[in-house]
Amino acid sequence: MTPDVNFSAIAPEIVVLCGACAVLLIDLFVAETRRHVSFWLTQIVLLAAAWASLASMQAQPSTAFSGMVADDMLADTLKFMSCVAVSLGLFVSRSYCVVRGLFRGETFVLALFTLLGTMVMIAASSFVTLYLGLELQALALYAMVAMHRKSNIASEAAMKYFVLGALASGILLYGMSMVYGATGSLDVAVVARELAGGGANRLILLFGLVFVVSGIAFKLGAVPYHMWVPDVYDGAPTVMTLLIGTAPKLAAYVFMLRLLGVALGGLWLDWQGMLIVLSLLSMVFGNVVAIAQTNIKRMLAYSSIANMGFMLMGFLAANPNGYSAALFYVIAYVLTSVASFGMVMLLSREGFEADQLEDFKGLNQRSPWWAFMMLLVMFSLAGIPPTVGFYAKFTVIQAAVDAGFVWLAVAAVLSSLVGAFYYLRVVKLMYFDDPTDTEPIDARADSRAILTMNGLALLVFGVLPQPLLGVCVVALAHSGLL
Amino acid sequence: MPYLSLAIWVPIVAGLAVLAVGRDRDAGLARWISLIGSVVGLLVTLPLWLHFDTSTAEMQFVEQAEWIPRFDIHYHLGVDGISMLLVLLNSLMTLIVVWSAWEVIQVRVAQYMAAFLIQSGLINGAFSALDGILFYSFFEAMLIPMYIIIGSWGGPNRVYAAVKFFLYTLLGSLLLLVGFIYLYNVSETFAILEWYRVPLSLDVQVLLFIAFFLSFSVKVPMWPVHTWLPDAHVEAPTGGSVILAAITLKIGGYGFVRFILPILPDAAHYLSGFVITLSLIAVVYIGFVALVQADMKKLIAYSSISHMGFVTLGFFLFSALGLEGGLVQMISHGFVSAAMFLCVGVMYDRMHTRLIADYGGVVNTMPKFAAFMMLFAMANAGLPATSGFVGEFLVILAAVKVNFWLGFTAATIMILGAAYTLWMYKRVIYGEVANDHVRALSDVNRREFWMLGSVALLVLWMGVWPRPFIDVMHTSVEGLLAHVAKSKL
Repeated sequence: MTPDVNFSAIAPEIVVLCGACAVLLIDLFVAETRRHVSFWLTQIVLLAAAWASLASMQAQPSTAFSGMVADDMLADTLKFMSCVAVSLGLFVSRSYCVVRGLFRGETFVLALFTLLGTMVMIAASSFVTLYLGLELQALALYAMVAMHRKSNIASEAAMKYFVLGALASGILLYGMSMVYGATGSLDVAVVARELAGGGANRLILLFGLVFVVSGIAFKLGAVPYHMWVPDVYDGAPTVMTLLIGTAPKLAAYVFMLRLLGVALGGLWLDWQGMLIVLSLLSMVFGNVVAIAQTNIKRMLAYSSIANMGFMLMGFLAANPNGYSAALFYVIAYVLTSVASFGMVMLLSREGFEADQLEDFKGLNQRSPWWAFMMLLVMFSLAGIPPTVGFYAKFTVIQAAVDAGFVWLAVAAVLSSLVGAFYYLRVVKLMYFDDPTDTEPIDARADSRAILTMNGLALLVFGVLPQPLLGVCVVALAHSGLL
Repeated sequence: MPYLSLAIWVPIVAGLAVLAVGRDRDAGLARWISLIGSVVGLLVTLPLWLHFDTSTAEMQFVEQAEWIPRFDIHYHLGVDGISMLLVLLNSLMTLIVVWSAWEVIQVRVAQYMAAFLIQSGLINGAFSALDGILFYSFFEAMLIPMYIIIGSWGGPNRVYAAVKFFLYTLLGSLLLLVGFIYLYNVSETFAILEWYRVPLSLDVQVLLFIAFFLSFSVKVPMWPVHTWLPDAHVEAPTGGSVILAAITLKIGGYGFVRFILPILPDAAHYLSGFVITLSLIAVVYIGFVALVQADMKKLIAYSSISHMGFVTLGFFLFSALGLEGGLVQMISHGFVSAAMFLCVGVMYDRMHTRLIADYGGVVNTMPKFAAFMMLFAMANAGLPATSGFVGEFLVILAAVKVNFWLGFTAATIMILGAAYTLWMYKRVIYGEVANDHVRALSDVNRREFWMLGSVALLVLWMGVWPRPFIDVMHTSVEGLLAHVAKSKL
């Protein structure tokens, strides 16, 4: 078999890889005062990669390199969105990084490598490439958490993340090896075919499935594999939290789609049950525990756990409607997340991390505009119209009800009622309390502009969600996966 | 002309404009833009009444455009005789609220005005939406401004009241959303009017009834899910209380006639005894609770619950008389409760207390005000020739037709209402001048005079000549009854 070399399928990855190496080298020759050269270079790389993702988009799905990578609309769309998320994240965190000595080539290079791992995961159509992408992404993330090497809590977070991450990778790999043993292939499509043929040993497959689901749950941070999430979110510098909490979630979704939805799609009845448990536990536990938090980063961490539970609720419908609902949910969540951490960074300044809920007190009196932006973020996370978060919740609930899980939908909305309580508390602090901190809010104009755009996007997509909903449906329909 | 779209978007755009220009420095500008916005907002709703065709039960002024094709959701607006008056009522109350806040609100004026204007647009949207998700979006989005109004400009316990208000209402509305989605999956559409024709088994209807009922009964509010209302009313600023009592409660009542009765007719019949019982408890028990209140706003809040119990009672008698009575009562209560809260606001602005015990002999210093309040108190007690009488009379008539004792129990509202309202009036207005603060009171100024006067005219008009109101409703009520009578099993 001749290897089907098709570089256009991996053009965005090539751009990011070359760009990362270039930034790494050029940064060595850039004076400390001119770091913005590296920054803009990184942004150019991201722009180029985003463009490459769009340019290589095609309606007809195909694979390249002997089935190692997929070249389909879903992959290209999500690659594009990952680029956008990373780019937005770097923009909104610029001032934050400058003040904390994180405005360095290493930050940008690690962000690009995370993105590269994310992209490889997104495009992978073989267990090997999936795993490669996952490890590349994870290693870059471990390093990013540990970037603040003088901070004890960051080191602790990095250690926890690394140990648990390594364990989860091991578990995942073990599960994959079982599937390989049962089907004799590592190719997603071939595994699916073998399963459909009915020749594979079901016991071994189920055994492998349990491990695979565990590995995925760890990446998503679903209960009971969530232990790392609050510590890492809290311990890492906020810019890293942002990069961990956004684009990798997109990758985790595709990862789940290809492993469970496609490769092990024949076992959907089995993994559906597991996902119900994960989803329900995540929604309830995440929302309840978030109430007790006084640190906004930890609160957002638990909120992310709950949100992943919601996403799983859409996914477990195990039909195209559910997959597209889950995809929309992830995209909406990423959009909201970038803005939420962006707001935390906006309020931070030299020697002051605005990571306590108290730090948001009286924000409306300090700056009505930013209070409004945070209001949008909070109501989007709570799923109140007219924000994009409402349609995210709406689509997954629709998918669950459609699949016959009305009780799960009711449990979900009740847990989101609990969730509304702590999101409302932030709004209360901003609007009803008097400020304790009267420092003016100071950030670079580009950070402010991007954050404003991001915040308004929550409102715009909340009023007109059709474009984004349509993209999810079309991308999945042309992915050839379902 | 797309009058309904204008009714929704004019106030919202005006609200955004106020936010954009209004700083605390130039509060005057914010006030004037709000006033213009609310006047225009009211003017664009007037053609709804002038051009209303009373001979048809069909939706009028319909606007329809594709909004979210992925789920077949439309931007679909329209009003019938039931919702048209509520849109007008809401636009009018917004103007009055802007008026009432003119000199009273001094901090963050722009945000205060903008919150009311935006909320007004959202409420008009909820009353005129004919698509489930469009309705839901407006229905839930309107919580945000009210949450901020209560929490920012409210009394000492405002945060508790605001959060309680939000979470209570959200609980109901989330179940409503699941119900809507279920209906969508059955009927493949979010068009509310299509749902009227979807066959549903009784089990399903009962489950949906529970979901819908929780949502709307919290909003009405019915006993025993009413506890958020006294808190919210007491803590909210005057404008917030006015809108809460006059408009937001009506959305609950509107939900019953727009959703529960026609979509779930069999469940509504099946569970009517349950709803009627709750309504009567609200009328009688909450009436007694109102009697013992020491705080005027709390008393009016409980009186609202009691009066709204009358509305739900009228709806679940399934007769034209009862339905029309309930609807007229909603409109009338919109005027009367708003006026009562405005009166308390007028006194509160001068005395900074709402306790009945702190007043006495107000008539000596504020004779004009006492005359206005007398009228509104009488209307609240249901005196003939005021708007309060018409609705109550119709509902009692309908109740007696069903069962004499039902009508008899319901009629206690006349006695209880008179008791708690007039007793409060006596203690506050009559008697010797109670203290120096009362002695120092000044009578209503010109702004307050015209504000109370315009509501007083409406109360009298509706009491003396209710025909125009009932004519508008009649055909739509007949149409609704036809839906309710048709079994969906």
